[in-house]
Amino acid sequence: MLLEISDLAIDLPSRAAARRVVHDVAFSLEAGESLGVVGESGSGKTMTALALMGLLPEGAVVSGAIRFEGRDLTRLDEAEMRKLRGDRLAMIFQEPMSALNPLHRIGAQVAEPLVLHRGMTKAAAWAEAVRLLDRVRLRDPERIARSYPFALSGGERQRAMIAMALSCAPKLIIADEPTTALDVTVQAKILDLLASLSERSNMAMLLVSHDLAVIARHCRRVLVMYGGTIMESGPVDAVLRRARHPYTRALLEARPRPGAPRGERLRAIAGAAPSSAEAPVGCPFAGRCPLTLDVCRAAPLPTIEFEAAHRVRCLRIDAEGRLT
Amino acid sequence: MSASVVKSRGRAGASLRFGAALVALLVGAAALSLVWTPYPAAAIDVPHRLLEPSWAHWLGTDSLGHDVASQILAGAQVSILVGLIAVGIGLVFGVALGLVAAAAKGIVEDAIMKFCDFTFAFPALLSAIMLTATYGAGVVNAIVAIGVYNVPIFAKLTRATANGVLAREFVLAARAAGRGPLAIALDHVLPNVAPALIVQATIQFAIAILAEAALSYLGLGAQPPQASWGRMLADAQNWMYVAPRLAVFPGVAVALSVLGLNLLGDGLRDALDPRLRARR
Amino acid sequence: MFAYAFQRLLVLAATLIFASLAVFGVLEILPGNAAETMLGASATPEAVAALAHKLGLDQPMAVRYWSWISGALRGDFGLSYAYDSPIGPIIAQRLAVSAPLALLSMGIAGAVALVAGVYSAERRGRAGDAAVMAASQVGLAVPNFWFGILLVLIFAVHWRLAPAGGFPGWDEGTLRALGALILPAISLGLVQAAILTRVTRSALLEALNEDFIRTARAKGLSRRATLWRHALPNAMTPILTIMGLQFANLIAGAIVVENVFVLPGLGRLIVQSIANRDALVVEDCVMLLAAFVIGLNFFVDLACAAIDPRLRAHAQ
Repeated sequence: MLLEISDLAIDLPSRAAARRVVHDVAFSLEAGESLGVVGESGSGKTMTALALMGLLPEGAVVSGAIRFEGRDLTRLDEAEMRKLRGDRLAMIFQEPMSALNPLHRIGAQVAEPLVLHRGMTKAAAWAEAVRLLDRVRLRDPERIARSYPFALSGGERQRAMIAMALSCAPKLIIADEPTTALDVTVQAKILDLLASLSERSNMAMLLVSHDLAVIARHCRRVLVMYGGTIMESGPVDAVLRRARHPYTRALLEARPRPGAPRGERLRAIAGAAPSSAEAPVGCPFAGRCPLTLDVCRAAPLPTIEFEAAHRVRCLRIDAEGRLT
Repeated sequence: MSASVVKSRGRAGASLRFGAALVALLVGAAALSLVWTPYPAAAIDVPHRLLEPSWAHWLGTDSLGHDVASQILAGAQVSILVGLIAVGIGLVFGVALGLVAAAAKGIVEDAIMKFCDFTFAFPALLSAIMLTATYGAGVVNAIVAIGVYNVPIFAKLTRATANGVLAREFVLAARAAGRGPLAIALDHVLPNVAPALIVQATIQFAIAILAEAALSYLGLGAQPPQASWGRMLADAQNWMYVAPRLAVFPGVAVALSVLGLNLLGDGLRDALDPRLRARR
Repeated sequence: MFAYAFQRLLVLAATLIFASLAVFGVLEILPGNAAETMLGASATPEAVAALAHKLGLDQPMAVRYWSWISGALRGDFGLSYAYDSPIGPIIAQRLAVSAPLALLSMGIAGAVALVAGVYSAERRGRAGDAAVMAASQVGLAVPNFWFGILLVLIFAVHWRLAPAGGFPGWDEGTLRALGALILPAISLGLVQAAILTRVTRSALLEALNEDFIRTARAKGLSRRATLWRHALPNAMTPILTIMGLQFANLIAGAIVVENVFVLPGLGRLIVQSIANRDALVVEDCVMLLAAFVIGLNFFVDLACAAIDPRLRAHAQ
């Protein structure tokens, strides 16, 4: 097992008391597997990703265990964590426009992890960077390497970011909304690129997105997060076709349906996501969920595996996956 | 509210209070000296020169027997006078110029702004020196020179804010309703520029005090018998080996006044910041 | 880069021309007969006329301006009324003191600001940051000439470590000459250090907030390496720009500080010439100072373009 997370909870400092933005998160990832994490803003998916990298904001407190390649990342100090970042674990972010240093050439930025982790000379790292830019299907990689970020388009920059992330052949790549800021036409290409690259090098991928369609196309398994914890998880097909959690079902129903009659209203989920200032007792979806009962606000969430690898966390679902 | 906003509000509050206290001290000293000083500030008492601080003379006496404490108090007058008038000149003419630039737009606006940018190459002290070269030394020339230097600063500030305000809908509505430019300026532009102007004014006041002190030190500012901190420092330098303490007090006076004004300006800037205000 | 440099060069030339017009204008066009001011109110009209003729003040303005400018470009700065000798060599002598002083001072200020600004930004919100900010507030408030006097009191009068003033000249040995410049440079540099520290700190904090910092950390760079390699270069443009703008203030401050330390520099020449009513010298000196400031800002622009490729591209 490449990655095993158990009992993950993240507290962020705030004026009054610490806010628990992630609680009770557990999942695992095999080598070469692709796992999608879907959820709306505030669901805790980005925080979880940052926790894996050890890049949470100052003062954040992580509890639980993050076992990566057998080591618990939460127990490592900063120096040890630094050795892993960019080398065994890599991350790409949402805004390619601003995620690259405007003053350094692309080639230098892609080469930086190689110099840092592999001890390569600048020249050797540069040559390798050009090869990597070619691998991410950038045309004329030599010219791109010599260019500065402002001269590239959003799609080109994101490809360069991917090249940067892949440079040391990490075992896990975390992609946090990698295509949200890009044109729709470019999105699919970037995601396909990511998928094929990770397949070829047996690299595991954690794809974080608010877009179910994106996850559906490119991931083998999916986690649905809400209010800081996992609501449902399982193989993508199973979750899409046989979703049990009311939130997942609402998400699926809220998707625009191609071919639907004009003027048909989109189904929104009533209410608003909980602000993490509210303490998570019971189910975070309580109140917004059409199936809410009093018990939902009080009792801790169970984890029910009602079919192979397909788990749901809801107080109203029984062991067979039926509504009680 | 996020933690950093709260903390900066707290710091701003301290800044504001401390700055206001120092400025009040400055103003109080000047006001007091108009009616009373321990000794007449200009009174020479040569037999009692270069005395150490004592009950009779709280800060001692200088090379001509002036009571240092009285001179410090009286010196505040010049500082405040120069600051007030110089900033006043800058405000009156600068705001007018800025409004004209914003209203005129096009080449006129560009020309005015380029001219302002250009004057920044000539700091207050330099222009003051050039002016006194032509017209002779004295506090009036100093005031005018520093005041003139303030004009482009306030002009740029006014124009920048005015442009922002003039582009907003309620101004367009006012113009459509037939309100004249003066009315629009008074009703809409000035209230929006006012906070930034106030903050800048405290900063320029501080700069004016420093410039006046430097000019007086060079002998180009306030002339005897008017007491001036800068001139006191020039005198003190002649007696450095005999009475080094003479060099301390006037400098402290200048430093505290400038510090107070700077802190006041910082505090006001944070207090008047619309972002922080909105979150209240 | 070339296109950008050329553009800035044109701006430089234009600004210099405007500066010369302004300096000329202020000192020559303003009401008040210069010859009369020089000789005093009690002078006879004939004496005033004679002096005016000798100084060429009775010629049309344009002619006077042209002869001044063309002379200056040739290296002929005219005759000093007070010293009755060519101004050029006098200025050159004084420049040999003022220019090193200004550069040394800005250098000290820059070095202090870099260290203090980085220190402050790293410890944002904590005690170290507050201490640096408080110190910079004090630095802003202290008049540079008073600081100079205090330094003299401590290091020259009390401890007798450094000279109280005067300049031995560069011929006596570089080290001795520098020793005479060190206290003046520090007193001049104090205010600049305070200003630049604040600018460095805020520019760094802004740069540290950018997304590419997170990318750098995700690559495995330490916080320190991220700050120096990624944040600082991005902060340099505003820092350098403000440094350039501050130079004018530094020069103005030098005028006073040179008087504190009795340094035979341009500043003292200006003040003495004012006392001597030597208008041409004042004009030449002020023009030179303005040219120095404008020229320096040109180099600052070039430096910024060297750092930031976006500026270079914009020119084309």
